[in-house]
Amino acid sequence: MSLADGARRTDERALITPEGVDLRVRVAGPGERLAALMIDAALIIGIMIVGLLLCLGAGWVMGFRNAEFLFVLVVVGGFLLRNGWFIAFELTPYAATPGKRATGLRVAARNGGRLTAGAILARNGMRELELFLPLTMVFGGGGEGVDGWMYLFGVVWAGVFALFPLFNRDHLRVGDLVAGTWVVHAPKVTLLRDMVDDQPVLHEDFAFTLAQLDAYGVKELHVLEDVLRKADRKVMAAVAERIRAKVGWTAAAYETDRPFLQAYYTAVRGRLETRMLLGRRKRDKFDRD
Amino acid sequence: MADLQLKSHRFRNEREASWRRLDSLMTKVERQSVDSLTDEQLLEIPVLYRSAMSSLSVARSISLDQGAATYLENLCLRAYLFVYGVRSTPLERLARFFREDWPRAVQSIWRETLLAALLFAIGAVAAFVLTSQDPDWFYSVMPGGMSQGRDPATSTEALRATLYHDEGTSGLTGFAAFLFTHNAQVAIFAFALGFAFGLPTALLMIYNGLGLGALMALFVSRGLGLELAGWLMIHGVTEIFAITLAGGAGFRIGRAILAPGDRPRVEAAAEAGRTAALAMAGVVVMLMCAGLLEGFGRQLITLDAARFAIAGATAVIWGLYFYLPRRRTP
Repeated sequence: MSLADGARRTDERALITPEGVDLRVRVAGPGERLAALMIDAALIIGIMIVGLLLCLGAGWVMGFRNAEFLFVLVVVGGFLLRNGWFIAFELTPYAATPGKRATGLRVAARNGGRLTAGAILARNGMRELELFLPLTMVFGGGGEGVDGWMYLFGVVWAGVFALFPLFNRDHLRVGDLVAGTWVVHAPKVTLLRDMVDDQPVLHEDFAFTLAQLDAYGVKELHVLEDVLRKADRKVMAAVAERIRAKVGWTAAAYETDRPFLQAYYTAVRGRLETRMLLGRRKRDKFDRD
Repeated sequence: MADLQLKSHRFRNEREASWRRLDSLMTKVERQSVDSLTDEQLLEIPVLYRSAMSSLSVARSISLDQGAATYLENLCLRAYLFVYGVRSTPLERLARFFREDWPRAVQSIWRETLLAALLFAIGAVAAFVLTSQDPDWFYSVMPGGMSQGRDPATSTEALRATLYHDEGTSGLTGFAAFLFTHNAQVAIFAFALGFAFGLPTALLMIYNGLGLGALMALFVSRGLGLELAGWLMIHGVTEIFAITLAGGAGFRIGRAILAPGDRPRVEAAAEAGRTAALAMAGVVVMLMCAGLLEGFGRQLITLDAARFAIAGATAVIWGLYFYLPRRRTP
């Protein structure tokens, strides 16, 4: 866990809030961004097709007379879907389209400040250049009278914008760059139980020496926490065996693995936290004083 | 017993209720909307947010409880995104946009707008001069489909008819809608192209000017100059102004990327982008007005004087709205 031991994941970035706290956000990768876009595109196209069919149906019922407002509906509706979908959803407090919501992503201001409506408009105005232009280029072909070389140039040029997110550290697209935004992970995390909470045994049974407690660091402590949380009997037995061997602990006759691990976890955590308060953070078992 | 021992455990027990409270409010906002919260709850959020932030700082320095730390980081991020997210109701935002944001954004890009207008004018004058001297230029400047039967081969009478023909009221709404969406898409494109150092935007501005100049030259050569001006300007004032603003917005981004001044390039681009985008949103509104004027006004009003009156009025209204000095409100 990067949070506790300072070893950052590659997709983790500093996001300093106005309160001066570093929130260490994780930026979304190109794959997730693409997945979100695909979901949105599927929804938009789906709505367009359904709307078109409904309008055609209504027109057919009315015999295509005085059905002009249907044409207006289709034209303006198409325009609004194409340009307004992303803007409207990102202007909500959740700041994410349905596609982003489904992939656990949200839009945020890169400088940690407020996300403004102007930024949302800017990042989506650029979509024209990054998404629709390359699409027209690829699917529209060169058109009549367009030289092959010119067409190639156009495709390459459009490709630069479309592939822009692959070639920068934060996977920004041109719209993000121009708006000062980025897309971050913000899925809902539930509060996990503190593993210190279930302590069925008396502590006097487990009197560890300081040397025994100093055998491990924060990294191992967190592994132990995960082991306790999963509570797999075989894994716990193996881990308990390793720890007993390493710290030289002889098990009492009535001692079982889980209580031993819980007691050791609590004791090590207490030891490491106390030392942390005094300014010494033991990263892992190799981190010697 | 454990809680007697571990400070981090005691800390968590004391604060956990307020974290969960914030969590439940955030969940509500994310699922529904800001309106689902009462005023008291809205006031509660910043307080809970700050307390969660301080919990996070404390947890980072005293606690090795992974569950709490991960949870707090996530909770703080979610609350942060809400507290510093886009706020105010859509109606408030809309009112503010028209009252303040849009005119101010347009004012702030006046240099770039001037440049765009200049390029447009250069294109128009060049095409006018060239086509006046040699009508063949018309075909090089106007792509095939765009002239719609208005080219040097058309008779003067037919040309005159194109300016005043009355199609009746049917088909107008559809026409207006089509014009609006088409023009708006072109304008957004001009804005987006600004990112490529403004170069494609410049070409687009000149290109738009060329078409106007060529058409003008053709009609002037047949003694229909004034009539064409009325036909064009009734919506053209709004439309050309809007396209020029879109070009200006594009140039603003291009300029920030080319010459960011004493700030980092990325930062300059971001600020320019936000301002330009506000101006752009307004351009779409203008083009909607232009589409209505073109679709309805031009087809229904065939009197030259009335056309010029409307053109003049729109010019004055837009000019005053954008450039009249206004008080700064905080």
